[in-house]
Amino acid sequence: MKHLGFNIGKVKIGSFDFTCCEGCQLQLANRESTLPDFLALIDVRNFREISSERFDDYDIALVEGSVTRSDEIERLKKIRAQAKVLVAFGSCACFGGVNSLKNGIPQEEAVREVYDGKTIETMPSTRIADIVSVDYCIPGCPVSKEEVERILVGMVTRSLVSLPKYPVCVECKQRLNICLFDLGQLCLGPVTRAGCDAVCPTGRTACLGCRGPAEDINFPSFEQLVRDKKLSSSEMREMLGFYNGFADYLEHEKS
Amino acid sequence: MEKPMIYKVISKPEFKSFIDTLVKSNTAYGPKAVDTDRLGNPVYQFMHVQGADEIAFDYTVTHSSAKHLLLPFRDELSHYSFRDGDWDQEVRYDAPPIVLIGLRPCDINAINILDDVMLHGPYPSPYYLARRKNTFIIGMDHLPLADCFCKSMNRHTVNHGFNLFCSDIGDRYYLAINSANAFSFLKEFRIEDPSYEDNCNLIERRKSIKNSFATTVEVTGLPVFLDIEFDSPIWQKWGDKCLSCGSCAMVCPTCYCYSVEERFDIDLKGSTRQNHLYSCNLVDFAQVAGGHNFRPRNGDRLKYRYYHHYRGFAANDNQQICVGCNRCGRACLADINPKDVINDLRLERESCMTCVLPSPDKT
Repeated sequence: MKHLGFNIGKVKIGSFDFTCCEGCQLQLANRESTLPDFLALIDVRNFREISSERFDDYDIALVEGSVTRSDEIERLKKIRAQAKVLVAFGSCACFGGVNSLKNGIPQEEAVREVYDGKTIETMPSTRIADIVSVDYCIPGCPVSKEEVERILVGMVTRSLVSLPKYPVCVECKQRLNICLFDLGQLCLGPVTRAGCDAVCPTGRTACLGCRGPAEDINFPSFEQLVRDKKLSSSEMREMLGFYNGFADYLEHEKS
Repeated sequence: MEKPMIYKVISKPEFKSFIDTLVKSNTAYGPKAVDTDRLGNPVYQFMHVQGADEIAFDYTVTHSSAKHLLLPFRDELSHYSFRDGDWDQEVRYDAPPIVLIGLRPCDINAINILDDVMLHGPYPSPYYLARRKNTFIIGMDHLPLADCFCKSMNRHTVNHGFNLFCSDIGDRYYLAINSANAFSFLKEFRIEDPSYEDNCNLIERRKSIKNSFATTVEVTGLPVFLDIEFDSPIWQKWGDKCLSCGSCAMVCPTCYCYSVEERFDIDLKGSTRQNHLYSCNLVDFAQVAGGHNFRPRNGDRLKYRYYHHYRGFAANDNQQICVGCNRCGRACLADINPKDVINDLRLERESCMTCVLPSPDKT
């Protein structure tokens, strides 16, 4: 492949699942309109959802899911040692994700509830960056294929790769939505990183912060907003905890 | 020189059939009830309409302005096609004609301000020009809402920038026809010369609008005032509330600041340069290559938005670009609005003039 006079080889990709639903990886196989072009950019070396072949010579590792078992730590470290670039792929990998909901209750209780008394080895849900170093985070539940395409093209062409730094409200206003606060609902749009095109508020569903906090958010003002609108702050905390993306803010609040 | 205006009157049912014909044969946007808020009030937006029945002629105000129909939130500036060792650039200015119905005087004034910035400056925007010259504007007057302050900004009346302007005088509209197109369309419908009574009703309507403003923002001498108050702690006080969410700029009819982004096509055979409307309140608005941010603090960013709106920048001839619609104030979740910020600033300055020494500390 030649691009702007430079020869560009396909990037060798491995895609791996940890504790997750594998929905983010499935996104890679979605969006058929651009799928042939997308696949032309990458050489799939290891990706069980789309190929039964397994090779260990990938350069970019997309890691989906959080870590909840000790054997996953070893597997993750091996992937890190092989990959030149490791991408935390999706909200579970970036923040711990929905899996982190169990962190708030005693682990035995969680196991009893879900596995009905079977012996299961488990540990608190941990984001990828707490175990190995992460080069890029692509948040989202699931990730946006369009954003993944943009980032991958950036990697292939060695151009700047970034996520929007501003909150979801920008995109929500651009879609001319009614503000969910005007409907009496609580929404995490004002503090959550944009890039999803405000898909949830557009469907009149509150933003639950799957993309984690926008940059340098004004958390005290957001708390004030919830108080001023006479909305429940326990509901706010529950929403902020849903994907575990706001753990730093919730911790800070406790202390 | 202003072109002469033609004045006519039209009954409301006849006006509706005129609009219906216009809407059905053109791409048109008008105020539409899109939702109901928690207090039971309808929520209006300028939306694509296909018949007069969809238009809420008696609407109050739209949550968002009509700006994006002339300055899209995201706009392709050019497309590049790569070929071996070289590239071609394709720029398209074509904009299909559109009709905008029901704009308020403040909204039309806002478009006139955008015209000044986009067309009359040293670097006119061909993208804006293409849309603007293909836009047919029908304005409608209204009684101000409790928080409208366009009168303070002297933007509550408008005498140019529209094709047709309608004043509600009861069972009919008093029409100010400002373009040959509008007149030739209207000739197909039953329009009459205004009677003596119509003229009186128009004057009454104007008076009643003028006397209905409940909100006043004192903007006399504000530009100088703002220069003096550049280092005021007031900015950080309001900045501490600001969520930096950009809602104000998105709904504003005159906020035109933008960011430019280049994106490769996924087949790597080309790329696009896109312009997207930004807000000076967003955290990275003043971040430059290398990562330095000239305005890392909320208060500084908020201050510059107020400076642009109430002091004016050279790029817009130092004119105040706020038209007093207060859409920003209504959209702000942190309860920041121009009236309170400006009054706070004035209050601080005026009280500090009388208070020379700080109060002694309490022991």
